[in-house]
Amino acid sequence: MKEKVESFLQSKLSQFVLRSEPINTNILTFSIKSEGVVPVIKALKEDSELKFDFLNDLTAIDWLGKKNPRFEVCYLLKSPSNKHFRIMLKAAIEDGEGIHSITSLFKGANWPEREIFDLFGIEFINHPYMDRIILPDNFQGHPLRKDFPLEGFGQDYLISDLLHIHQEE
Amino acid sequence: MGLTDILQKPGETLGDMAQVANLDAMVNWGQSYSLWPYPFATACCGIEFMGTACSDNDIARFGAERPSFSPRQADMILVLGTITYKMAPVLREIYDQLSEPKYVVSVGACASSGGMFDTYGVVQGIDRFLPVDIYIPGCPPRPEAIMDALIKLQEKVKTQGLEARRSEIKRKIEEINERNRPLIVR
Repeated sequence: MKEKVESFLQSKLSQFVLRSEPINTNILTFSIKSEGVVPVIKALKEDSELKFDFLNDLTAIDWLGKKNPRFEVCYLLKSPSNKHFRIMLKAAIEDGEGIHSITSLFKGANWPEREIFDLFGIEFINHPYMDRIILPDNFQGHPLRKDFPLEGFGQDYLISDLLHIHQEE
Repeated sequence: MGLTDILQKPGETLGDMAQVANLDAMVNWGQSYSLWPYPFATACCGIEFMGTACSDNDIARFGAERPSFSPRQADMILVLGTITYKMAPVLREIYDQLSEPKYVVSVGACASSGGMFDTYGVVQGIDRFLPVDIYIPGCPPRPEAIMDALIKLQEKVKTQGLEARRSEIKRKIEEINERNRPLIVR
């Protein structure tokens, strides 16, 4: 299965696949260009043999000071018809850049993408509703970035309307 | 010995059928044994409250057997667990809906001080925006600690009059407002 996926990507989508140094992991990993996310995942999903039609996870990593560009968006795909074989696709993007949404391919990518936007500040292009999902709507900053202080910047602005208690009567 | 003389001595038993008391003491006594709790459980302290309410420890022995899941029918709110900044307006709304007289019990380290969660999302103690009557230490506290707090609260309800209660709440609210004034960022 590993060779099949490798040869498929090299023969049909080689313009999007980047050469990357080997990573010590038990999961087959490919680095892809950020503009190639939608065509690569679409091809892997719709190929009649590979059939990576299950999105296991969608998350992001902040490699502040360790890698350039700074962020990596990770797509964990599974192929239920091939003994649940899994691959990981990584797309590196710089701070402030957007990446194309895959909600057109996987409806389930909607909330994970909003979560990534909430916690990392990575914007997804063509997403149906790009807004915060977990944190309060008026929250400032993106707390899973490595340069966000753990205690926050002083979060009292979030409940400033509650901090003055009035007594009735 | 007339009626006025008898009323001077509240608590005195007349025969074995009648006892003298003033109305305030009667009302407070009744209130102290029917403190219906509203469990605002957001974390593991809520599990500990379940243990307190169940038969091993049985909070019903002190008259607090009915966990009320409507704030309008509750006398005390037990804040059991971590309160985040997103949850704070909800808690405040529920506190406002409680019917008077209302008492706030802050159960556990998280509700009292934020506990170990000194992070961007957690309010560092509900006394930032609620007048708390009793704090319970522990992470989570044992059922005995929760019952101890209940007994202390009963003592308070029994002995504290309505006027003293009002002035205490007023003082606490003034303290909260005073403490928070310089902390507001924007």
